[in-house]
Amino acid sequence: MNAHHQSALAQKLLFLADDELILAHRNSEWTGHGPILEEDIAFTNIALDEMGHAATWHRLRQELTGEEVDTAVFFRDPAAYRNVQLVELPNSDWAFSMLRQYLFDVYELVHLAQLAASSYRPLAEAAAKIRIEEIYHLRHTAAWVTRLGLGTAESNQRMQAALDTHWPYAHQLFVEMPEDAVLAEMGTAVSPTSLLDEWQQITTAHLTQANLIIPTNHTPPTTDRADHTDHLTSLLAEMQSVARQYPTAVW
Amino acid sequence: MITTTHIWQALEEVKDPELPHVSVVEMGIVRDVQLEADRVHVKMTPTFSGCPALDVMRHDIAAKVRELGFTQVTVETVLHPPWTSDWIADSARDKLQQLGIAPPIRHGGNLIPIAFLDVATCPRCGSSNTILKNAFGPTLCKSLWYCHECQDGFEQFKAL
Ligand SMILES: [Zn+2]
Repeated sequence: MNAHHQSALAQKLLFLADDELILAHRNSEWTGHGPILEEDIAFTNIALDEMGHAATWHRLRQELTGEEVDTAVFFRDPAAYRNVQLVELPNSDWAFSMLRQYLFDVYELVHLAQLAASSYRPLAEAAAKIRIEEIYHLRHTAAWVTRLGLGTAESNQRMQAALDTHWPYAHQLFVEMPEDAVLAEMGTAVSPTSLLDEWQQITTAHLTQANLIIPTNHTPPTTDRADHTDHLTSLLAEMQSVARQYPTAVW
Repeated sequence: MITTTHIWQALEEVKDPELPHVSVVEMGIVRDVQLEADRVHVKMTPTFSGCPALDVMRHDIAAKVRELGFTQVTVETVLHPPWTSDWIADSARDKLQQLGIAPPIRHGGNLIPIAFLDVATCPRCGSSNTILKNAFGPTLCKSLWYCHECQDGFEQFKAL
């Protein structure tokens, strides 16, 4: 692997890790605030799973860059984060978080199936492992999309509002970054653009069955993973505060 | 002269912190033990990759091997082949049952139908008249159930 290829791969691992980590952090904000106890437990578990997946991607990146996982997570500034804006949007109601997790779960399953065929073995092995665990997420979030979409007028209306917000943002997941192009050419990872059709087919069928209307706006607010909303700054300020205040602490 | 057999035996004493009395060997977490001269290399694999007990287990495995007198001990985490609940030994399944946790259904590599089947046998009374209350539980590896016969809840170790 030459230096150019290796740096593209390290960056791709950062895309994967940052999406999972920031989404995990947002979901963890529901801990103790879930609408019912069962869902409080479920969403906390999903957050912990995604956190574990972020750590898995970060460890693979560490093998390439030498940067410690904790350093990458706690001492990197917002401008150096490479998550999509979808995952950094602050929570509002339960429908908002549930629908976001659903859209992300379908993306992950479609994406991981492809990454499991990567020519870079550590990436393929991690994707295969994570994919198995994701089965339980999609099962859960897909059921809630149906339940809330077909529930009461209010639950449907809230889901529709969440979908209207998230739909354009979710499309950023399928934007090809320059690193994606390098990796696609080398056969290391498929371009996210190639996943869009399958994702749209699965989500459109399911959302429509749940009596939700697919928004016409497919244009994400940004196509660059280096662009962030101010919400990421406040999220990281909280997430990183303890590590930065006590940089020598061990836990 | 200590052999890998002795090391495997010693590792039977390392317990899963979230499942008292169940060892990391019975859980299928320890995959390989290599002994070369005075160096020991252990391969372990995560159950659920977000499991917070992984670091504890990694630490406990290394400490247990050092207790045998080895100073050069490495514990490597491998992801392939991915851990499956089918690897949980019968001895561990019995212990789970005694802890009031229904053991995972063996799926033989065909996980999806099992993960969606929603079947569990009550570990107390053996009844199948049970209902899934939550696919997520107190730890990543467990789901929450209710037994209509006992009229009480129980946990099931999730199939993976
Ligand atoms: Zn019972």
